[in-house]
Amino acid sequence: MSTDEKQQTTPTHVDGEWVDPGLPYHRPRRADVDPKAAKRAERQVAVLFGISILGTIASIAVYFAQDQTEEVASIRLVNGLLGASLFLAMIGIGIGAIHWARTLMRDHEMIEERHPMRSSDEGRAGAIQNLKDGAEDSGLTTSRRTLLKGSLITAVAIAPLAVLVPQIGNMGGDWNVSQFRHTMWKKGTRLARDPDGTPIKASDVTIGSVFHVIPEGLNELEHGKLEEKAKAIVLLIRMDPAALNLQPGKEDWSFDGIIAYSKVCTHVGCPVALYEQQTHHLLCPCHQSTFDVANGAKVIFGPAKRPLPQLPIAVDDEGYIVAQSDFHEPVGPSYWDRLKGTTPEPTAAASNEGADA
Amino acid sequence: MNALARRRYSKSAPVILVLMLLAALTAIGFAASGSPAKASTATANDVAEGQKLFAANCASCHGMDAQGTEGVAPSLIGVGAAAVNFQVGTGRMPAQQSGPQVQAKRPQFAQPQIDQLAAYVASLGEGPAVPTAEMVDPALGDPAVGMEIFRTNCAMCHGSIGGGGALTQGKFAPNLWSTSNTHIFEAMLVGPQSMPVFNDANITPENKRNIIAYLDFQKQGSPGGLPLGSIGPVAEGFWGWLVALGLIIASTVYVGARAS
Repeated sequence: MSTDEKQQTTPTHVDGEWVDPGLPYHRPRRADVDPKAAKRAERQVAVLFGISILGTIASIAVYFAQDQTEEVASIRLVNGLLGASLFLAMIGIGIGAIHWARTLMRDHEMIEERHPMRSSDEGRAGAIQNLKDGAEDSGLTTSRRTLLKGSLITAVAIAPLAVLVPQIGNMGGDWNVSQFRHTMWKKGTRLARDPDGTPIKASDVTIGSVFHVIPEGLNELEHGKLEEKAKAIVLLIRMDPAALNLQPGKEDWSFDGIIAYSKVCTHVGCPVALYEQQTHHLLCPCHQSTFDVANGAKVIFGPAKRPLPQLPIAVDDEGYIVAQSDFHEPVGPSYWDRLKGTTPEPTAAASNEGADA
Repeated sequence: MNALARRRYSKSAPVILVLMLLAALTAIGFAASGSPAKASTATANDVAEGQKLFAANCASCHGMDAQGTEGVAPSLIGVGAAAVNFQVGTGRMPAQQSGPQVQAKRPQFAQPQIDQLAAYVASLGEGPAVPTAEMVDPALGDPAVGMEIFRTNCAMCHGSIGGGGALTQGKFAPNLWSTSNTHIFEAMLVGPQSMPVFNDANITPENKRNIIAYLDFQKQGSPGGLPLGSIGPVAEGFWGWLVALGLIIASTVYVGARAS
C-alpha cells in the first residue's frame, strides 16, 4: 500500500482516527488510451478464439482420419494428436476470454458500501414475540398436550434407526472371524507353483531359489478362489542349510534348507516377496518391513511387529514338497482375539543371533 | 489484490519457472544400451586362454583356482558359463569397488575374451551354459504369458514393467530395458548378487523366453502419457505437485494480474 500514488499524499490517520483513503489512482491501460493498442488487443483475442476453432476442427479431423492399429506407436500418435488438438480447443477459449476481459472490458473500480448488520429494535422485538407466541400456541412449554409431546419425541428419537440399522447390518459383511484362522493348507497338501498350479519337487528347489507358492487344488476351486489365495500364498526358499538357524520347536518344519513362510505381511497384509538371496532378508514393498528368513523370519526393520508365520513342510514319497499342517497361527495383520484358541508358540526370536539388522 | 497487481515483478517468472521444471523432469530416465552376447562352442584353446585371462584379472579376489576367498569373493567352481557371461558381459565383473551392490558398467572385455573366460570357468565344474540365440529370441515368445510369470516372480523387485526398484541398505533391482536378452535369461538362471535363482524347474526355458518377450514389448513405450521413469507414485507425485500445481499458480497469477 505504501507505493500507492494517492496514499503518499493522503494520511491514513488523523488525530488517531482512521481515515478512508478512497480509491487508489486509476491507471489507464494502453488499450484505453491508444486506439491502435485496442485494435491490436481485439485482433489478439480473435486469434486466440481462432486457435480454439482450429483445435476443434483438428480434433474432429484426427478422430475421423485416424488409422489406428494395435501398434503401441500408432496408439501413442493418435492419443497425442487428439490430446494436443483438444488442448488447443480449450486453452484458446480460456486465454482468449481472459485476455478480452483484461485488455478491453471496462476496468473501473467499483465500491459496494457496507451497511449495518443489526436489525432495527422493533424488528428484533417482533421476532422474539413471534417465537414466544408460537411456543405458547403449541402447548409444548406448558403441561398441556402430553400425548403429542411424547409421541413427537419418540418419533424423532427412533427415526435415525431406519438409516442406521441397515448400515450397521451391512458393515463387514461377515463377522465370523474364525475363517481368518484357517487357510487351505492341511496335512499332505502339495506346494504348487503360482500361477500354473503344478506341484514342486524338493529337487527342483536349488540353493538360492525362490518359488511363489499356492496350495495344489487352488486353481480348481469354483468359489472363493481369490479369498483362499490371499490367505494361503507362501514363499518357498532354499538356502545353504548351514546358514539356516532352525527355531526351537520348529526343527522339523523345514527340509534340508528349504523353508516356507506366509507371503502376507504381518503389518497390514501386503505380499512380502522381495527376497535378497545373499542376506536372506525378505522385504515388504509397502512399508519396508524386513524379515530375516535365516532366523525365523523375525522382524529386523520396519513397522511389522511379528515374524511371518511359518508353514511346516515335509517331502512325500514321490519327492514332492507337502504341508505338514495348516499354519499354526493366523496369517496376516493382527486383529482382535487373534491368538484365541491357538496353542502358544515357543518364543524363538530372542534365542538366536546372526542377523545384521 | 491491488497490491498484487501493482507489484512490478516480472510476470513471466512463474512461466519460466514451470518451463524449467518441465525440462528438468523430462531429462530424467535415460539409460545406455546393452551389448548382445551369443553362445559359442569352447575349444581346449579357449579354456587355456581363459585361464590366462582369469589369472591376470580375476584371481586376486577369486583365487588362482577360482576357489574363492572367504569374505571377499565367492568360489566360481560350478557357477557355469552363464554366470561369467552375465557378470563380465554387463561390466559388473571385474568389480570396480566393494559396496552394497556391484553395479553394471562398460564391459572391460570384448566378447571373444568373455567367451574364453566363460569356457575356463565352465571347465571347472558343471553349471548353467550360455543360452542360444533361439532360446532368448523375443519373437518366439508370448508376451501375455510372460507378463503373468513376470508379475508373479519378478515384478515385486523389478516393477510391473521392469522399471526397477529399491531394496534394502543401498541395494536395488536395476531396470531391465537396456539389458540384453541373453543377460536377462542368464540372470534368471544364476541369480546374481541379491537376486534369487529361478532355475529351469521353477521357470521353464520357454517361460523365460516369454518373460523376455514381455520385456521386449515394453520397449515400444507407453501408449499414452509420460512414463516418468515408470517408477510409480514418487515420480508422479513429484510431477503433480511441482508441474501441475505450478501451472495452476501461474495461471492464477496471470488471471489476477492487471493488463498493462
